[in-house]
Amino acid sequence: MNFFLEVFTGGLLAGVMYSLVAIGFVLIYKASGVFNFAQGSMVLFAALTFVSLVERGIPFWGAFAITLITMAVLAWLIEVLVLRQLVNRSPITLFMATLGLSYIVEGLAQAVWGAQVHALDIGINDEPYEVFGILLSQFDLFAAGIAGGLVALLGFLFNKTRIGISLRAVADDQLAALAVGIKLQRLWLIVWAVAGFVGLVAGILWGARVGVQFSLSLIVLKALPVLIIGGFTSIEGAIVGGLIVGASEKLAEVFIGPLIGGGIENWFPYVLAMLFLLVRPYGLFGDKAIERV
Amino acid sequence: MKFLGKHRWLLLALGLGIASVTAQVQAANEQYFPLQSYRIGPYAAGGSGFFGGFIDYLQYVNAKEGGVNGVKFTWSECETEYVVEKGVECYERLKKGLNGAPAAATNPLSVGIAYATLERSTADKLPLITINHGRTDSTDGSVFPYAFPLQLNPYSEVSAIVNYIATQSGGLDKLKGKKIVTLYHGSPYGKETSPILELLAKKYGFELTLLEVPHPGNEQQSQWLTIRRIKPDWVILRGWGVMNPVALKTAQKTGFPANHIIGNIWSNSEDDAAPAGSAAKGFISITTHPSGTSFPVLQGINQYVIKAGKGNLQDPKRFGNVYYNLGVVNGILNVEAVRVAQAKFGKRPLTGEEVRWGFENLKLDDKRLTELGALGLVQPLKLSCADHEGGGAVRFQQWDGSKWNVISEWVQADRQLLRPIIEKSSHEYAKEKGITPRDCSKETVAAK
Repeated sequence: MNFFLEVFTGGLLAGVMYSLVAIGFVLIYKASGVFNFAQGSMVLFAALTFVSLVERGIPFWGAFAITLITMAVLAWLIEVLVLRQLVNRSPITLFMATLGLSYIVEGLAQAVWGAQVHALDIGINDEPYEVFGILLSQFDLFAAGIAGGLVALLGFLFNKTRIGISLRAVADDQLAALAVGIKLQRLWLIVWAVAGFVGLVAGILWGARVGVQFSLSLIVLKALPVLIIGGFTSIEGAIVGGLIVGASEKLAEVFIGPLIGGGIENWFPYVLAMLFLLVRPYGLFGDKAIERV
Repeated sequence: MKFLGKHRWLLLALGLGIASVTAQVQAANEQYFPLQSYRIGPYAAGGSGFFGGFIDYLQYVNAKEGGVNGVKFTWSECETEYVVEKGVECYERLKKGLNGAPAAATNPLSVGIAYATLERSTADKLPLITINHGRTDSTDGSVFPYAFPLQLNPYSEVSAIVNYIATQSGGLDKLKGKKIVTLYHGSPYGKETSPILELLAKKYGFELTLLEVPHPGNEQQSQWLTIRRIKPDWVILRGWGVMNPVALKTAQKTGFPANHIIGNIWSNSEDDAAPAGSAAKGFISITTHPSGTSFPVLQGINQYVIKAGKGNLQDPKRFGNVYYNLGVVNGILNVEAVRVAQAKFGKRPLTGEEVRWGFENLKLDDKRLTELGALGLVQPLKLSCADHEGGGAVRFQQWDGSKWNVISEWVQADRQLLRPIIEKSSHEYAKEKGITPRDCSKETVAAK
């Protein structure tokens, strides 16, 4: 039983790391209805920029601030050069644009900062705690705390500020929002910049965990089932979805994997996501789409 | 001026024609290396280091000696991103040579690409070099005349690791009852050694558990919790790229000591250990070549290439690291094969078929390695028709938190045990493909 609990707890904590990435997707989807495939590349770009600045002797918070500004500039460029040109196009067009964007951002990140692997030490020791015979990772607990803080911050932004209220209006009905004078392009810029900030936080935590390297952009593949399960429009859903994906993939790998040859944790979350699509296509916390036909 | 105005197109065409002929004349005395490199993507750290070292060695030979016997080396790169389809596309694009300079050999540094281009290489008579990796049975040159898993094939690699564990345990007989887990990359490369590990487990009586880590390996919690439950004596890490630092970090997280993890040949670089920070301290791995810049050949590259501002590495701090030095070693072996082949076929650019002969007759002893400035960097090597590997020995190194330190002498794989298995597999391949194996005794006579 102890082993089961250990795998389950470890999975929950790993799931929090997936949620961190998934939140970035939710933000952009809420504001524009676009599944931003480039979110993984933004995580890579942010982490590479941050670690490269730190390696050049810039203090942590200085590097954080400069990277944040860089992400805002990137968001502005994306808004001006891509999104603005594609206003009123179909969601699939916008999705394809973000797909292309992901390759551009990946290539740009590596062209500017190189392809080598960078170590990133944020001062969190990863010696495990043992609680009732179950090992708990200090680092993962720290990451869970950060994720909680991020959700609270974003919750405040969405529910208590004018920007948040505008965002919710845009998410509900773009045309109606435009009609009452909400500046859509400004909002998009803000949302992409906030998604860049979330990408930076996720990039730093993932980078400290696995090293800052190209494969950070691949964590997007972990976020997709999280979003399907949690719902594309809910930050809380991203957290719950992450927990479900993390715990279930670990349990599946450990207890089902050996029966069918192992190595199943990459595709198991997708099986789960497909099952969710069959019974609850808008996810656990997503907005139910109601269309007049 | 009027004449010039009237005939400027004619003059331009003439100029272009002369330039083209000049290029062809230059290329007529050049030997070309098609490089299926990868400088972006999840395995870019390995690719950029390896191909950086390879290119810098070719530059060094060109700058210092004017090539080999006056034949300069030229190369061009095609980005594969370690993707098999792209690797095959690059192979097809580059195999015909460059501006008349014939291709010497391909060096894709990817098991997947090597598998996919194996039959093409044979058909095109172009050597396929898979240094320290590749298909194990391609060691048998009687069936695989164009494939060369130089220095170390995967079976030798695990055999040497098991021999090392035996040494640490007090002898091969002490392996009985030991628990060994192999954590492998979920790819053809990762799975290559599973059968031989199972065979060694049976032979020596140790308990083996094989655990797969799905590509790319940035999440390993479940595997390491399973390891924690098994409580093995040793973990063999058969990783690649991000899988390695994540393995070390997760091992720390689950309380497994790093000094009982042995990394294989693709888990042995600074890029594998350093990103894991303190979790990597004590981590052991095998190596066919040490890192470092003190070897005369590295000093030469520094003098002729790096200081001249022509170094291929984007980050000069990586000069002399494990991947870079592997590229240099690969450069040495390729260039020496060309040199050996030139001694037989003439001092001119050679065809792939001729270079193949050079590889098959490659012999590097301590004397030659000293002349090359690579004594201690490259292991003595003797290839033949029957043996396309040549070495089969490794040393062990340990990460001290900032660099690798060699901690053992050469540990030899049990090649006598492995040879029948390799031949069985290669002959099955020959049967499946309708290949008649060469008679190596005749080949050796011809070589003399």
